[in-house]
Amino acid sequence: MALYSEKVMDHFTHPRNVGIIENADGVGEVGNAKCGDIMKIYLKIDHEIISDVKFETFGCGSAIASSSMATEMIKGKSIHEAMQLTNKAVAEALDGLPAHKLHCSVLAEEAIKNALKDYYDRNGLPYNEKDFPDCAHCAHCE
Amino acid sequence: MMHVYADNAATTAMSQVAIDAMTPYFNKIYGNPSSLHSVGQEAKEALDAARATVAACLGCEPREIIFTSGGSEADNQAILSAAAYGKKKNKTHIITTAFEHHAVLHTLQKLEKEGFTVTYLDVSKGHNITAQQVKDAIREDTCLVTTMYANNEIGSVLPISEIGAVCKEAGVTFHTDAVQAVGHLRIHVKEQNIDMLSLSGHKFHGPKGVGALYVRRGLPLVNVIEGGAQERGKRAGTENLPAICGMAAAMKDACDHMDENMSRVAAMRDRLIEGLSRIPHSALNGDPVNRLPGNVSFCFEGIEGESLLLLLDMKGVCASSGSACTSGSLDPSHVLLAIGRVHDVAHGSLRLSLSEYNTQEEVDHILQVVPEVVAYLRNMSPVWRDLQDGKREYIL
Repeated sequence: MALYSEKVMDHFTHPRNVGIIENADGVGEVGNAKCGDIMKIYLKIDHEIISDVKFETFGCGSAIASSSMATEMIKGKSIHEAMQLTNKAVAEALDGLPAHKLHCSVLAEEAIKNALKDYYDRNGLPYNEKDFPDCAHCAHCE
Repeated sequence: MMHVYADNAATTAMSQVAIDAMTPYFNKIYGNPSSLHSVGQEAKEALDAARATVAACLGCEPREIIFTSGGSEADNQAILSAAAYGKKKNKTHIITTAFEHHAVLHTLQKLEKEGFTVTYLDVSKGHNITAQQVKDAIREDTCLVTTMYANNEIGSVLPISEIGAVCKEAGVTFHTDAVQAVGHLRIHVKEQNIDMLSLSGHKFHGPKGVGALYVRRGLPLVNVIEGGAQERGKRAGTENLPAICGMAAAMKDACDHMDENMSRVAAMRDRLIEGLSRIPHSALNGDPVNRLPGNVSFCFEGIEGESLLLLLDMKGVCASSGSACTSGSLDPSHVLLAIGRVHDVAHGSLRLSLSEYNTQEEVDHILQVVPEVVAYLRNMSPVWRDLQDGKREYIL
C-alpha cells in the first residue's frame, strides 16, 4: 500500500509491545475518541531505567505504528533519555508519515511524556510543567 | 489468497459488454458528432442511439437526456439551474437532506452564501426521510427539493415516488441524485414525478468520467460549461463518445438483468448483515428495509475504521469506512453523524458494497475475516478495555 512506508506497515501489522503492565510505575493516556485517536502507555521503571513498556491504541494505522515505534525507542532507555524523544524522531524512524498523519507521532511523544509525568507524580519527584505539553496544544483537534 | 472487491459504491469494474461497446469509438468510428461529413455523422448516430438507450432505461424522451462528465457535474447543473430559475421568481428556498453527497451539499452551501435558504431534513429517524417531512418543509418561496435516491454510505433508499408526488402537488421542482440507484433499482422518472435526475456511468460497470442529467422537457437549464452547441446548447464540449456508448451499454445491461441481479446481490447482502450483526456491540447503519441491494454498513464500537480497512485489505477484502482518518479530515462522515452516530462510534464504521460480480464464497471469506480483525483491534484498544472494565458506557 502506497499510503504508508514499509516501516509503518510493519509496525502496524506486527506491533511491538502491545498490551498492559499490571502495577505499572507510570501510565499515560492522550487523545480522545472524538478526534479518533487514543493512546495509552504503561511504563515499568527500575532505577530510572524503562525496563518494560506496553501500549494500547485506538486509532488509525499510523497511530498504531507510531505507538509501536515510540515504545521500541524508549525501551531500555533512562527516563531522561525517554524525555528527549520527539515526534519528529518517531516519524523519521518510521521512514516518514503522510502530512495529515503527523499528529499520530505527536500523540506518541505526548503519551510517553504523560506516562513519565505520572511516574514523577507518584514518586513525588520534581519536574518542570513546561516539559509536559498536553494534547490540547496540538492543532489537530482545534 | 482470496481477493474480494467489496467497494462497488466507490466504483465498479467495467463489464465486457461496456468495454466492447466503447472500443469501436476510439479508432473506427472516431468522428466528431458535430461534423457534417460521413465519419462525423456515423458518430452522431451512435450518440443518438446511446441517448435513446439511456432514456429508455429511465422512462423519458431522448431529448431530455444531457450527457455530462459524471454525477457531480449533473448535480451541480441541476441545482444551479433550479436556483437560477427560482431566483427570477423570488423563490430562494431549497429543501434537501442532511446526508446528501458533497456534490449536492457543497453546491447548496455556495448558494447559501448567495442568499439562498436551505432546509436540511433530519435523517436520524429510521436513517431515512419521509415524504411528509418534505411536505411540511415546503414554503411559498421553495424553488427546489433535491434529495438523493439512495444513500452512498448507508444504503437507505428514499421514498422517491412519494416525494415526487408531494413536489408535483406543490408545484416545486424535484431533483434526485440517483448515482447509487441507477442500474440497481427500477426507475421511471415520469411515473415517479422526477423533474431532474443525476447519474454516473461507473457505478454500474460502465466507464468513469461520464454521466447524465435527465431534465424534464420545458425546465430551463443554466450552463456550467460554456462553449459549443453540443447537448442542445446546454453542455458544451465535444462529446466523450466512447464513454457515452460504454455507459449506455452498461445501463441497458443492468436494466435487462435487474431483477435477477437484485435478488442475487440482496441475498448476499442479507447474509453479511446477519453474520456481522453477531459481532457484539455493533450496529447496522441505514434503513434496514428500504435499502440498496448491495449495501452493508456497520459501526463497531471500540475500534477505528482506517486500521480496520488496512487489515482487511491485507486479508484480501477491499472495503471503505466513514472514519475521519480515511478522509484526511478530522470529522468522521457527515452521513454517520447525521443519522445520530456519535463521533466515538462513527470512527469505527465499515462499508461493504457488493455487485453481481461478488460470490457467496466471497461472502464466506468476509464473514470469516471481519470478526477476526475487529477482535484483533479491540484487543489493543484502550477504549475497548475501558468498556469491558465498566469504566466507560457502551453506546452500541
